[in-house]
Amino acid sequence: MIDSFIPLIYLAAAVSFILALIWLSAVATARRGVIVGVAGMALAVGGTLLKPEIESYRWIAIAFVAGTAIGIPMAMMPMTAVPQRTALSHAFGALAAALVGTAEYYLRTPNLDRFTMGALSLEVLLGFLTFTASLMAFGKLQEILPTRPFTYRGQNVINISLLGLAAGAGAYLTARPEATWLFPVFGALALVFGVLLIIPIGGADMPTVISLLNSYAGLAAAAMGFVLNNYLLIIAGALDGSSGFILSVIMCRAMNRSFTNVLFGAFGQVQPDAAAEKEQRPVRSATPEEAAGILQAAGLVIVVPGYGMAVAQAQHKVRELYDVLTKTGIEVKFAIHPVAGRMPGHMNVLLAEADIPYDKLMEMEDVNSEFPQADVALVIGANDVTNPAARHDRGSPIYGMPILDVDRARTVMVVKRSMSPGFAGIDNELYYMDRTLMVFGDAKGVVGNIVKEFSGGR
Amino acid sequence: MSIDLELGLYVFVLATFLGFQVIRRVSPLLHTPLMSLTNAISAIAVVGSILVAGEQKTTLSTVLGTLAVTCSMINIVGGYLITYRMLRMFKKSGKGKS
Repeated sequence: MIDSFIPLIYLAAAVSFILALIWLSAVATARRGVIVGVAGMALAVGGTLLKPEIESYRWIAIAFVAGTAIGIPMAMMPMTAVPQRTALSHAFGALAAALVGTAEYYLRTPNLDRFTMGALSLEVLLGFLTFTASLMAFGKLQEILPTRPFTYRGQNVINISLLGLAAGAGAYLTARPEATWLFPVFGALALVFGVLLIIPIGGADMPTVISLLNSYAGLAAAAMGFVLNNYLLIIAGALDGSSGFILSVIMCRAMNRSFTNVLFGAFGQVQPDAAAEKEQRPVRSATPEEAAGILQAAGLVIVVPGYGMAVAQAQHKVRELYDVLTKTGIEVKFAIHPVAGRMPGHMNVLLAEADIPYDKLMEMEDVNSEFPQADVALVIGANDVTNPAARHDRGSPIYGMPILDVDRARTVMVVKRSMSPGFAGIDNELYYMDRTLMVFGDAKGVVGNIVKEFSGGR
Repeated sequence: MSIDLELGLYVFVLATFLGFQVIRRVSPLLHTPLMSLTNAISAIAVVGSILVAGEQKTTLSTVLGTLAVTCSMINIVGGYLITYRMLRMFKKSGKGKS
């Protein structure tokens, strides 16, 4: 009668997941959180394997081996590839939910009550659309697909009508589960909608979109819980759903944009007129040697990393710079904008990978009051999140977005490949200030040269 | 409304509230590990997948179930492992190597 204990095993698993998230809130307890999370999953899997409904373990065992064989290399990807990896794992999670939903539909129809069928439709809709949307996001992050948003006339009308059609098909199936001809159409609509949803979304909006897909994958699992009448699935899915939702709200706020604007606004297109009227304004440029000289005289240096640092894989050189500066007695802090990079917390993980102590990584709200005391603000591969136009220029597309007050530092140094505009396609007025020095070149090379000058010049 | 549905909705709404309260406290420093951990947790879909794969009712359901177990297993193994790897990298100043 071991199976009468299964609900208790599931309860213990649910408690473990909640504890895992509570402990993840601080670095000191976070690893414990992962371990209790693993324990929760082991309980859930173990409990399920005990169920008497299971006739054969053969295919389950094969799938366990196959999943583990693919899962381990996916966990070993370099930290710069974490956004892509995350998108891919959202795709797998959503596909699992959609496939189970499909199997349940064909097993149970037409003996599906309305409520179960409603939950099943939701599970399949969210599962399939998140699957293709996450694959598209993966393609864009991996740069297999163009990262610029792609728009065409009537795009929003097409997307919304397609979603309407899919929702309509789901509603019809809920009312008449016996309409088996409609089910494949329903699944196909969801798959196509997922693709179209991501087409107009550009790289800089990826933090929001990845969070939103995270939320959908969780909600698909919760919907499965309603179909199977399993509270563990409902709880775990709801936790994941709320986590993804909170993250996407944080990301939206950090860009001063709404959900609808992110999903349907196609931000980040180069406005043709703005590009045409680009005037040649003078900028001051400096060599790495000059930059090293200025840094040598500084007391407090605030480094502002952005996606450019990740692209150039410059985080280890940045760590060397951190080391030589700290050894000279110069204080170094890092200012992290919430949407820097391609997913929430991207910069923190990269810098932690490079062995930079996490207590030097500061959030926007805490670090902004320190810029006026900073001798040098060193911007490496960040652009729009430092543009002072967001504070005062009502005409700017990024007006109102919270930014890092880099321009308030005594000297601003910008490491940048060229003068090309950032993701939003707008010029950064920071570059034209008297206090700003542009150090042109690849971030890895430039920072490496500064380090060389620094250690050589002493 | 059946009692199952009613209970299910209560559980869902309460768990969502709990999720909001807990996740709000997570430091932005850890947002990437948070996402990979919740991703691993949402692989709880493995429960449904195992049942479909193991019941062996029709060929279709067994194939779909086996694929679903594989997908979930990728996220369980990959998700927990990479979260742990990431967290090991976070060090305070004065600790760790060098």
